[in-house]
Amino acid sequence: MTQPITARFKLNYDDFILDVDLQLPVTGITVLFGHSGSGKTTLLRCIAGLQHAQQGFLEINGKVWQDSQKNLFLPTHKRALGYVFQEANLFPHLTVAGNLQFGLKRITKKPDAIDLHRILELLGIGHLLKRMPDRLSGGERQRVAIARALALNPEILLMDEPLASLDFKRKQEILPFLSRLHQELNIPVLYVTHSQQEVAQLADTLVILEDGKALACGFLSETLSRLDVPLAQDREASSVWQVTIIEHETDYHLTHVAFAGGTLSLPMIDVKIGTSLRVQIYARDVSIALKATTGTSILNVLPATITGLTDDRSGQSVVRLQVGNQTLLAHITRKSTVSLNLQIGIAVYVQIKGTSILN
Amino acid sequence: MLTSADLDTLFLTFKVASLATFLMLLLGTPLAWWLARTNSGWKGLINAVVSLPLVLPPTVLGFYLLVLMGPTGAIGELTSWLGLGTLPFTFAGLVVASVLYSMPFVVQPLQAAFTSIGEQPLEAAATLRASPLDTFFSVVIPLAKPGFLTATILGFTHTVGEFGVVLMIGGNIPNKTRVVSVQIYNHVEALEYSEAHWLAGCLLAFSFAVLLTLYTVLKTQPVTHPLK
Repeated sequence: MTQPITARFKLNYDDFILDVDLQLPVTGITVLFGHSGSGKTTLLRCIAGLQHAQQGFLEINGKVWQDSQKNLFLPTHKRALGYVFQEANLFPHLTVAGNLQFGLKRITKKPDAIDLHRILELLGIGHLLKRMPDRLSGGERQRVAIARALALNPEILLMDEPLASLDFKRKQEILPFLSRLHQELNIPVLYVTHSQQEVAQLADTLVILEDGKALACGFLSETLSRLDVPLAQDREASSVWQVTIIEHETDYHLTHVAFAGGTLSLPMIDVKIGTSLRVQIYARDVSIALKATTGTSILNVLPATITGLTDDRSGQSVVRLQVGNQTLLAHITRKSTVSLNLQIGIAVYVQIKGTSILN
Repeated sequence: MLTSADLDTLFLTFKVASLATFLMLLLGTPLAWWLARTNSGWKGLINAVVSLPLVLPPTVLGFYLLVLMGPTGAIGELTSWLGLGTLPFTFAGLVVASVLYSMPFVVQPLQAAFTSIGEQPLEAAATLRASPLDTFFSVVIPLAKPGFLTATILGFTHTVGEFGVVLMIGGNIPNKTRVVSVQIYNHVEALEYSEAHWLAGCLLAFSFAVLLTLYTVLKTQPVTHPLK
């Protein structure tokens, strides 16, 4: 069960080449991130067997689904997977219940009624069972599609930009469900997206794809802070910290949280003490000072050590810092880098102007 | 009024049309599925051959079939060798000719319906453990239902209305190959206009009723099912 997923594919069509060799963890959500044309959906389709890579090797839970050297290619319908398409892709001639039963009727290892009930409850679709797909909202359709895939008791769940076709409101409607899945599922999830917001919110492991190649693959916080990956330069670059709530300070409407190596103050949130949650800190909201300034309105001032620094010709420097056991990215001007004489290894203070809570 | 000979021709006509429609659906469904899905270079040629009866005068088609199925034709020799005798001027020959003649009316609506289904429902079915054959019966056929309805009705009514092919291949043999359209011709030749009126009226009423049903039923059930 602890064997990682091995996915090796070489696929060549027209002027696009997919060439990846990945070891993915068997737990948590692995996000395949990239811009359109990066090959992330093609990679997912190869894993599902919807697309046949000429050269490939795929092993999941010790079962080989494809080995082109042995001429082995398991067709999609024989792979124990769940797949959620970008468009919900429900069968229009079947009710919601009919859509859910479609796969259930065809598997031998059926989930018990409690599991099914839990899935319906988890996705909040119990009241929709008798409806036809064209009587559902976009968000409801996508939730039914997720339930339909989960009901199969799959060994792996593949999700291809499940939120991309939804507007902002519908996205907000589904994201909490996905976060809950994250906590309650014990199967690996491969999740394709081009949204950094979804990466920050859902990913445990992050794979960055560009031009059909994997630029980086690793734990979310590590991969986000890799300076050799274009993501760190992006305006939306951020760090994601796992924190625990330790105190509510009602007078000032603040919540204090602890992370490995320090504490942060956040705008108050209505969550029990002891709850674990994710906090996102944008690199553009982080500034650097050589001394712990006292006369500042910024609450979160933390000691840090510089562990990385980009020095390109643009006006911007990306600085990677170690804060306690967490890594943090900061975007500052190159002029400041030079005038403060910032170097790898020196101790500084970071001032965090803003944070956002992810779940 | 309709004479008993007229009733015989009506009965025979419906028998030919029903049997031919059944055979056309049986053969046309896999053919249309192949045409809708293939990238093969043969697609154009097969499409052209299947559609040929749409533009060919029925007498031309009937003439070639008569020659091919006759005692010295390729098909005739095969059927004789199989001990089936030759097909022209028999009920079986009439059915075979009808199948070829009306096939495009079955294949084309089916092909259009299959094409409009697209790849997505098939992929969804595959990820839900349905084999390709299973998918065809559980997803493709239900989604292509309006296409099947159109194909059945057009194939049937077109066979009922055929005349040229019947005359060439079947002749005018009572209870074997004499269908309604030929009987109307017989009445007119014999200047029996009132008998011709009755039969013609029957066909007109039938065809109109069928098309009216087709268009009112299909109005509430669009031919294409956009995927939700």
